Amino acid sequence: MNNYNATSGLRWFPAFMAAGVLLLLAVLMLGVQLTTENTQLVVDFAASERWAWIVSGAVFVFLVQLFRDPLTALWSGVKGHNAIPKISVPSLDDNKPLKRLLISFAIAGLLIWPFFVSRGAVDLATLALIYVMLGLGLNVVVGLAGLLDLGYVGFYAVGAYSYALLNQYFGLDFWSCLLIGGAMAALFGFILGFPVLRLRGDYLAIVTLGFGEIIRILLNNWTAITGGPNGISQIPKPTLFGLEFTRRAKEEGNVPFHEFFGIDYSSGYKVIFLYILAVLLVLVTLYVINRLLRMPIGRAWEALREDDIACRSLGLNPTAIKLSAFTIGAAFAGFAGTFFAARQGFISPESFTFIESAIILAIVVLGGMGSQMGVILAAVIMTVLPEFAREFQEYRMLMFGLMMVLMMIWRPEGLMPMKRPHLSLNEDQEDESASGQPAAGSV
Amino acid sequence: MGEAGFYFIQQLLNGLTVGSTYALIAIGYTMVYGIIGMINFAHGEIYMIGSYVAFAVLAALALMGIDSVTLMLSAAFIISIIITSTYGFAIERVAYRPLRNSNRLIALISAIGMSIFLQNYVRIAQGSRDIAMPSLITGGWSFGPEDGFNITLSYMQVVIFIITFITMTLLTLFISRSRMGRACRACAEDLGMTRLLGINTNQVISLTFVIGAALAAVAGVLLGLYYGVINPYIGFLAGLKAFTAAVLGGIGSIPGAVLGGLILGVTEAFTAGYFSTEYKDVVAFSLLVLILLFRPTGILGKPEVEKV
Repeated sequence: MNNYNATSGLRWFPAFMAAGVLLLLAVLMLGVQLTTENTQLVVDFAASERWAWIVSGAVFVFLVQLFRDPLTALWSGVKGHNAIPKISVPSLDDNKPLKRLLISFAIAGLLIWPFFVSRGAVDLATLALIYVMLGLGLNVVVGLAGLLDLGYVGFYAVGAYSYALLNQYFGLDFWSCLLIGGAMAALFGFILGFPVLRLRGDYLAIVTLGFGEIIRILLNNWTAITGGPNGISQIPKPTLFGLEFTRRAKEEGNVPFHEFFGIDYSSGYKVIFLYILAVLLVLVTLYVINRLLRMPIGRAWEALREDDIACRSLGLNPTAIKLSAFTIGAAFAGFAGTFFAARQGFISPESFTFIESAIILAIVVLGGMGSQMGVILAAVIMTVLPEFAREFQEYRMLMFGLMMVLMMIWRPEGLMPMKRPHLSLNEDQEDESASGQPAAGSV
Repeated sequence: MGEAGFYFIQQLLNGLTVGSTYALIAIGYTMVYGIIGMINFAHGEIYMIGSYVAFAVLAALALMGIDSVTLMLSAAFIISIIITSTYGFAIERVAYRPLRNSNRLIALISAIGMSIFLQNYVRIAQGSRDIAMPSLITGGWSFGPEDGFNITLSYMQVVIFIITFITMTLLTLFISRSRMGRACRACAEDLGMTRLLGINTNQVISLTFVIGAALAAVAGVLLGLYYGVINPYIGFLAGLKAFTAAVLGGIGSIPGAVLGGLILGVTEAFTAGYFSTEYKDVVAFSLLVLILLFRPTGILGKPEVEKV
């Protein structure tokens, strides 16, 4: 079947094959419409525009397959092989003061712009930042340690429910729950991770998926405590050192934010406060992960991802290393979950389905496994883009799925491939390292 | 035999019915894993597509005024198998073949992407609501005392048993007797060596996907008719359960997949019958976790040696 001659120019047989396969795939799924009419199942031809799509798709595939050889020749002649442009940030490692200045400007910009835009935009940015946090956390597990965790949303749920339940039953506030939520998620990560981390990569993925689903089903069915499918509502928003962002203080003796500062009440303050909180959380996450990356443990994660057996023979304990990545990743999901519960004010198991895990994974994959800038970029794209094009919303998940496949085929390293942190020597030794071996990347 | 005994047998029958369809889906996982060592995460969606095609065919035949159950069933099976086989073939060509030599996780991520894509493709094409169909095969036998608990064995269950039995016999004959079947076994044994011996391994791998998809389609038609309701999301859970079954029996082993499917089906039925329906799925997942922890090779599987 595949033995056609590549040099024979037009490929009639594969072209007919491909178009035929496409028609077969589309006709009974896109081409017909199943509906129920008074308990009777009826089937009808789909709208004519869908048929137009099917036919044009088939013609397109036919032409592409027919002229594939000339096209590939043309393509490699005109351009480089990289169809998607590589985005990369110029390295500023050599210029420390400039780097610090740029980072401070960026942070200042992030903190100032919400005061000049609409509430909706700030709210959307907060959502994007939650995904940035989740992406960064999962990036530790998937991108750095190379452990495919498909149940990441379970830890997110643990964080969210920790806050919601502790607040409902014990009246704890957001700030103490932020720590408890993170710690609870980390504990879950530790307990669940301990037995499963000796499994091989793909089994690990499925087991974590199973754990994520178990957590969700338990939350869904443990109605007496979690409220079951109805979820938990009226979760209080965070306070600023005890100042609430409501019109009137809920508790006796508390002063709302606007009264304390003697300004008019505006619901915008709450949104901006949540946004700034999210920015701070993301910054803390980034800082912690970057510090970890330069520590032996961070190097060990990547070493383990590259070669398990070599690592073991060097005396590293794979289980301990994997467990640390898993636990730390889970802790960030817990923080994000607590914040999510506080922002929404309402949570239910609906928010923690497998699809959510898949979205976070898609963010990591799109951005580039291991690349933190890439993950941030991808998280922003993935949350902001669907908002700009409302009609795109319907096709969001379809695009995510397709993108995951295409990225794996064309650019498994992601939009912004990871750059290894360079280990530069002290300044007085720098001359040596420049003339001698290149600065050691991690393993 | 007392009431409890009848209840027990009823649960056993229900479990075997569902379990035999899990077994059909699990064979697809196990064959693919046995040959190219990847988890075909999109396999559950193939099953779901099989159900949709069968419903479309049955509805179309009903509109044409054909009411012979045999004819309707055969048409549903044949068309559903053709379409899903094409899906299996195309998915392998588009999403997996370019990644044949890359890291396992890369291929798995691609498979997850494919699964999400297919699920949403069907959702957009057919809507996300449940599609229900009045049952085609009604009635059944009833045994037991006049006033106590009766065991019911519906004709639909009998049809499921017979068709899964026929399908599996055909598959066993194909794998053990035919030339292509021998090539399949050789590929599972050692893919590289088989290629060196002049067998077109790409063809064999495509064939594996086609067979797996065809079996999933059979399961899709049967379970679709048994439950009477389908939606675009049924593939995820069914796929996960079938994967559990494959792992339970020992991934890579076809008899293992059948055994695993039956065990899982029966365990689920007993949980639902004696404990609670809500935690039925938790049992499946817990079983998966426990098996992977304590016996990753499954019941009939061979241990896999990790090579440098």
